[in-house]
Amino acid sequence: MNELLSRPWPWYVAGPLIGLMVPVLLKIGNKAFGVSSSLRHICAACAPGRIPYFQYDWKKEAWNLALVVGIFIGGFLGGVVFRNPNPVRLSAAAQNQLNDLGIANQGGPHPIEIFSLQSLLSLRGFLLIVVGGFLVGFGTRYANGCTSGHSIMGMSNLKWPSLVATCSFFAGGVLMTWVILPRILSL
Amino acid sequence: MRYLSYVLVGTLFGFVLTKSEAISWFRIHEMFRFQSFHMYGLMMSAVLVGMLSILLIKRFDVRTLSGDPIVIEPKPYNRGTVIGGLIFGFGWAMTGACPGPLYALVGAGVYVMAAGLLAAIAGAWVYGLIRDRLPH
Repeated sequence: MNELLSRPWPWYVAGPLIGLMVPVLLKIGNKAFGVSSSLRHICAACAPGRIPYFQYDWKKEAWNLALVVGIFIGGFLGGVVFRNPNPVRLSAAAQNQLNDLGIANQGGPHPIEIFSLQSLLSLRGFLLIVVGGFLVGFGTRYANGCTSGHSIMGMSNLKWPSLVATCSFFAGGVLMTWVILPRILSL
Repeated sequence: MRYLSYVLVGTLFGFVLTKSEAISWFRIHEMFRFQSFHMYGLMMSAVLVGMLSILLIKRFDVRTLSGDPIVIEPKPYNRGTVIGGLIFGFGWAMTGACPGPLYALVGAGVYVMAAGLLAAIAGAWVYGLIRDRLPH
């Protein structure tokens, strides 16, 4: 059992489980699966100012904050309590790419030399963590959804705006990964 | 206590995200380089299950636990869907995390991602601030 919970799960086990979030949340309380709206609710709760976008009763959406508290706990269980001690088993092509970029894959979900507290003070770390994080929050709110709200919930519901959003997510990600990211990584 | 069920659902989601390595920068980089099927298989199977579930919910007029009808509000299209989507794509490839994994990573011991999460909240706040001046 311990072994099963510690090792990584193949996509055909994990993917369907992620898909089940959609009917489970609908059944529990008619809630549409989505994560990025939690960022808005946190703003509305903590620093609404006089900004119209944050003038609403965020307490009615508190279920979404409960969901992300759960995601944090799930991350702790999966990443600390039942930690996978081995490096991510990437494809040979991806591993070769990392070797070329000089990035070590030595256990843990993220490359530790970039995503550590010390690296936050370097230009490279600051760009990837803080600027990158800012773009995630700004972009998902501007697009009115993220990978869960658009790519899983919206596409499951066969809504074409969510397909457009998903294509845009990937276009942005591919452009960043192929064109801009190599320059940031070499800083 | 009525929020406990949502915490539990979130816990399951966070755990599966972590076990599937969808929270991993390495996996996201590999995905955007088209070097593995893993992330594509993950998303496509998730959408397939979600799609079948919604189909069944509609077909059999399934109701919530409290007996209310299930209604899904559509997300309308505007120019932000594309522009915001591209901006999010940049951030996704940089941090190796979309919003769900941001929360999961902090829990999973990548503590510096707390800074990434705070930056994401700041990003949402700035969007709210300048929303009226952006094309929609």
